[in-house]
Amino acid sequence: MITKRIIPCLDVKDGRVVKGVNFQGLSDVSSPITLAKYYSECGADELVFYDITASSDGRKLFTDILCETAKSVFIPLTVGGGINTVADFDRVLKCGADKVSVNSGAIRNPDLIYEAAKLYGDQCVVISADVKRVDGVFRVFSKGGRENTGMEAIEWIKRCVGNGAGEVVLNSIDTDGVKKGFDLEMLDAVCNAVSVPVIASGGAGKIEDFITLFNTLPKVDAGLAASIFHFGEVKITDLKEKMANAGIPTRIS
Amino acid sequence: MVAIVDYGVGNLFSLKSSLAAIGADVTVTSNKDELEKADQIILPGVGAFEDAAKKLKDSGLDKTIKDLVNNGKPLMGICLGMQLLFDKSYEYGEHEGLGLIKGVVKPIKDDVSVEYKIPHIGWNPLKFKGAVSPIFKYINDSDCVYFVHSFYAKECDNSVIATAEYGAELTAAVASKNIFGCQFHPEKSGTVGLNILKAFVEIKEGDIC
Repeated sequence: MITKRIIPCLDVKDGRVVKGVNFQGLSDVSSPITLAKYYSECGADELVFYDITASSDGRKLFTDILCETAKSVFIPLTVGGGINTVADFDRVLKCGADKVSVNSGAIRNPDLIYEAAKLYGDQCVVISADVKRVDGVFRVFSKGGRENTGMEAIEWIKRCVGNGAGEVVLNSIDTDGVKKGFDLEMLDAVCNAVSVPVIASGGAGKIEDFITLFNTLPKVDAGLAASIFHFGEVKITDLKEKMANAGIPTRIS
Repeated sequence: MVAIVDYGVGNLFSLKSSLAAIGADVTVTSNKDELEKADQIILPGVGAFEDAAKKLKDSGLDKTIKDLVNNGKPLMGICLGMQLLFDKSYEYGEHEGLGLIKGVVKPIKDDVSVEYKIPHIGWNPLKFKGAVSPIFKYINDSDCVYFVHSFYAKECDNSVIATAEYGAELTAAVASKNIFGCQFHPEKSGTVGLNILKAFVEIKEGDIC
């Protein structure tokens, strides 16, 4: 039986992890390499590196750090942020990324997913969607969740999967940061619409939120979170032990 | 020295790094002499079977690999590199493989019900079959490894050394004399994967015959 994946997400700016990292016992908590190694040893099943750099110098630094990380961390690495062209795919895949997630880049250029999937395979292309309810309708937002594109989310995600996206990261803006649990209603709607793996993002505040996620929606493949892992509010070793005890297929390393 | 066969298929960065991490002396090459000098050969591969098989054939590497392996050199195929070891693949048509191990490669979707998503992506426990293979000497039954594939090997007779349960018993690893194949990615399977690679690079020509 395939196991449910737990995925920490690292936001990287100018080569450093940003957004509240607070670990005791780690000498350099804002080093992506140190953190990636730490999470890998704790049993993380995959890592997401999200590049929030704006400058080209920062971008170079990001790929250097990605290369360094991939030399010492041997679990799947997904890279997102600033992916607008097939050349961006090439840039991060050469540095050891296994999957590339696209968000605004696919909204601007709907052919990007198709082109990348043809070159690198469906398994390599992840569609990441920031979704929020507007007057009761799921809408896709771009630019880090700031701009309503007006597109209906389920249709958009189906279209991306049809074009070759092999995995979906669904980030609910409505539950993001609230720490009251994942957006089960939104996730259910996406799981029923596509046949590729779905990764839940936004809303996890405690271990039980992951248990509820996988027990309520067995179709969800993975849970992603950032600050609750970074701040040690949820320890991955504890989380995975509790998941296994709850009868959820879990990789215990 | 372990040689990774470079035939223009897929990204070898992680595989090379993982071998370096276990202290192996590693080279990435398409050069016949270098492959001959190597203690072990790894055949990687990501992408489409037809294209990969053609690249091996056009470069003459298919013959080089077959000759070296028939003389006892240890070989490990990984993912598509494993699928290439078999007689034939039915991935978009019908294509000939290296024929080093008996078996055919078929779509997973033909054998599992629709709720199983394809590609089979993620960490799946291994179920050992038969006597524990030398490449598994540092790992345990039920350890998880990372898979990404849509096709799998069937009708492999007694060469199957591990399977993965995913609606069907998928062939996860095979061995026949000095030839090994992993459908999963040891270079992406954490400590378990590194331990498989470590065991493989300890196998020397003539150890198994």
